[in-house]
Amino acid sequence: MRAERKVCQDCEYSNPVQAVKEALPGDTILVAAGSYKCPGLEITKPLVLIGELGATLDGDNQNYVLRLLADSIVISGFSIINSGKSYTKDFAAIYAHGTSGVQILYNHIDNSFFGILVEKSNGGVIRGNTVSGTARQENQAGNGVHLWHCNHMQIENNEVFGMRDGIYLEFVDESDAIKNYTHHNVRYGLHFMFSNHDAYIDNTFESNGAGVAVMFSKWIRMENNRFINNWGTASYGLLLKEIYDGEVLNNLFEQNTLGIYVDGSSRVNYKGNTLRQNGWAIKVSGGCYTNAFTSNNFIGNSFDISYNSKMNDNTFNGNFWSEYTGYDLDRDGNGDVPYRPVKLFSYIVNRTPETIVLLRSLFVDLINFSEKVSPAFTPDDLVDQTPSMKKFQ
Amino acid sequence: MIKIFKYSFSDLMRSRWSFIYLGFYMLLGFVLLFLNNDLSKGIITLMNVIVVLTPMIGTIFGVMYFYNSREFTELLLAQPVKRSVIFLGQYLGISISLAMSLIIGLGIPFLVYGVFRSGEIFNFLLLLIAGGFLTFIFVAISVCIALFNANKIKGFGYAILMWLFFAVIYDGLVLLSMMVFADYPLDDFALLVSFLNPIDLSRIMILLKLDISALLGYTGALFQRFFGTNLGFVMSWLMLVIWTCVPVLLMVRIANKKNF
Repeated sequence: MRAERKVCQDCEYSNPVQAVKEALPGDTILVAAGSYKCPGLEITKPLVLIGELGATLDGDNQNYVLRLLADSIVISGFSIINSGKSYTKDFAAIYAHGTSGVQILYNHIDNSFFGILVEKSNGGVIRGNTVSGTARQENQAGNGVHLWHCNHMQIENNEVFGMRDGIYLEFVDESDAIKNYTHHNVRYGLHFMFSNHDAYIDNTFESNGAGVAVMFSKWIRMENNRFINNWGTASYGLLLKEIYDGEVLNNLFEQNTLGIYVDGSSRVNYKGNTLRQNGWAIKVSGGCYTNAFTSNNFIGNSFDISYNSKMNDNTFNGNFWSEYTGYDLDRDGNGDVPYRPVKLFSYIVNRTPETIVLLRSLFVDLINFSEKVSPAFTPDDLVDQTPSMKKFQ
Repeated sequence: MIKIFKYSFSDLMRSRWSFIYLGFYMLLGFVLLFLNNDLSKGIITLMNVIVVLTPMIGTIFGVMYFYNSREFTELLLAQPVKRSVIFLGQYLGISISLAMSLIIGLGIPFLVYGVFRSGEIFNFLLLLIAGGFLTFIFVAISVCIALFNANKIKGFGYAILMWLFFAVIYDGLVLLSMMVFADYPLDDFALLVSFLNPIDLSRIMILLKLDISALLGYTGALFQRFFGTNLGFVMSWLMLVIWTCVPVLLMVRIANKKNF
């Protein structure tokens, strides 16, 4: 039968290591407040570990802290600190391998190499955890939540800061990342590769070293996320590299050096996004085909769209451009004059990057104006035929 | 010299143009801050205006004042005063009154919006100092042009052309040459050409101090590295000082030789 085992200074067990060892599959272990040293605690049977407020598991800076190697393990409410740091092993506060249905809930992880590292698992839940660190350099830090070769995972309501990547997914399919908040990480807020059929909804990515990078994935849905203040010379809100058949819907991009950097991505729909006060709102480079940008807001960006070639196979229709100066005589809500979002200067900068030193000089304003009046250099078909007169809410 | 400076200064004050100029900047500052309420953004927009406008106003005022006060100058020349003193006094009268209009006119709105309590104070000061330098430089050049040309129309034409060259044409030439020589490494060239034009130099010095510098990418990083060092810092201010001194010395030289 399922039993409940308590761990505290003067209970049956004084250390979770002992309790885990003697527990039978399906038992619940309640850990009272206090600090327990348990470097490399291996859990090989389905157990429920619940930490009371103030229950701290200490890895003593030398190993993984918890190793979950069985299905249906629940780890909830702990404060987990001091995993080892290594340049050859991915030490983590919570490490799971080959599991199914593991739940990692409401833990606080601090001062660890990796936060939560899950490999070859499926159907797990990672919810409400806080992972924090004091990473300064990429090569000396691990990721907050790192999933590798997983599927059907739920990553919800986690907060990650001060790590290398906030959330890193590699070969993770059919999974959802919802309402997470990653900020002030050294590298990316969210980073995923080779991960298909995933959804990213209601997340906030703020002030990360290089923003969010998503690469080599198909059938991705990114909805209602906020990409804020990823500002730096090599930083962007969202980098889409080799992404196919995705949806980017209703996201907010605010104050990023580069709002969306689209590189070799095709058949992606961008709808209802708001891009505000970015350096470049959208930069398109490489072979990007049949992407559709509709009903987006472009407000106060230094450059709205930047292209590195004269060829264009993407459509921009019915967006709101704050720099649009046309009129709407027939009052159908769409401007009667088409809008050309690529400025001549952004075209020149793409060809000769050094010319950026002329940014905000009077001459540049003049040539932009003359190009606007009679386009000669920017792609002819890169036009919004029906620019919206009103901002989308 | 102090006496002549005082005369010119009070003459400009009496003509009210200094006040109109001051009022314009005050209005500009208030409107900008009212519209976006963000000091940093306000400074960026202001920079656009200042690097174009202060040279233009300096140029026009310089030429205009010199031609206008020609009779007074001739009267002074008849007195036992050194020529260099007369012209330096007048020059300082114009440029200091213009610079004061700029500094007070922009200072008041930004003070009201609390520039001292924000981290932008240094950027703002940099902006004012750069604007001040541009005023001194362009007044000096325009007085030189006026001294060279007795014909008012010609003088005005040259002065406007000079402003146009530094504000617009120069950048156009730079852009053109950069595009033509795109296959060569251009970073040092970019650094050099921006040094040779006081307007570009001030623009870049201010840009690099603001958030927007991140847009400058690799070239910006190179600039940052140069301007960030003590050498770059000293060099760029020295360049502005040279840009001020050379036309002033030229002005004194012409004035000493000129046959009135």
